[in-house]
Amino acid sequence: MSQGDSESSPSRFRARVHVYPRREILDPQGRAIGEALARLGFDEVAGVRAGKGFEVELTATDKSAAVAQLERMCSELLANPITEDYSVELLEDSAR
Amino acid sequence: MKCGVVVFPGSNCDHDVYHVLRHVTDQDASFLWHERDDVDGCDLVVLPGGFSYGDYLRAGAMAAVSPVMAAVRQHADNGGLVLGICNGFQILLEAGLLPGAMRRNRDLRFLGCDVRVRVERNDLPFTRGYDVGQVLRLPVGHAEGNYADTAAALDQLEANGQVVFRYVDASGDADEAGSGNLNGAERAIAGICNRQGNVCALMPHPERAAEEVLGQTDGLAMFAGLVGSLTATTDSRVGATS
Repeated sequence: MSQGDSESSPSRFRARVHVYPRREILDPQGRAIGEALARLGFDEVAGVRAGKGFEVELTATDKSAAVAQLERMCSELLANPITEDYSVELLEDSAR
Repeated sequence: MKCGVVVFPGSNCDHDVYHVLRHVTDQDASFLWHERDDVDGCDLVVLPGGFSYGDYLRAGAMAAVSPVMAAVRQHADNGGLVLGICNGFQILLEAGLLPGAMRRNRDLRFLGCDVRVRVERNDLPFTRGYDVGQVLRLPVGHAEGNYADTAAALDQLEANGQVVFRYVDASGDADEAGSGNLNGAERAIAGICNRQGNVCALMPHPERAAEEVLGQTDGLAMFAGLVGSLTATTDSRVGATS
């Protein structure tokens, strides 16, 4: 569908979205995993948060538009802003 | 009164609620499929327990953006009654019809047992059949019932009187760290309502404690109270709109 690289034609992007429990919110799953790591001898582990990852493929006019769309996806569905933080990362092979 | 029980893929307490409304309290009850975009003129909409959409993403998150929820939001905005039970509570939180969020239970266990909850206010259609301070024994069945919000939001919730039910121990104390608060919910919150008091949700299952044959009847007064309040308001609403 995409023809040429004219600035207005949408490009395809791949992104990785990370969603984690907010630091100030108790994360019982992360704590249990941290305790399990300590039992295996990883005494250096000072904390674990257990989150989720999403790989999203999308079209957007440019990188900043892609990031803006992804952030909206996070605030509207992928993350619950009361309990979770998120981060958005465009992958290197994006914008073909 | 006309009652609608929303059915999402994965709802599993829909028939229990329908049974209580239809056969125990003798009301006009029907199911509302999640893909419809209206609530079929219902006075009361119940979001039942279950595992809507397999709890994908977060409990209630997928159901919250399903077509019927836009209609439920409209119904609530018009002052219509909405009751969320268990997964229905989670859905109402995810949809933003009630404030806060659910975390996994403190001990990471699915809880399937009876709990004690104390009625904090009885000026709502949902609780008019109870006394303030009355302790109910109701069953729970959930893995994400650990209610959370920011401290400021919780203070606001309390100041507004939006806490409707709290978990209590055998002596009736609602201590957050106490033995009655099995899932670890902040401030031992088991059920809340919106500012207007027409949207209410709780983690325990009143529909599973609404008949003598089940050995528990503490949940029946919730449905009976709704019927009583709606019989009155339906009459006045008809008069107002005709």
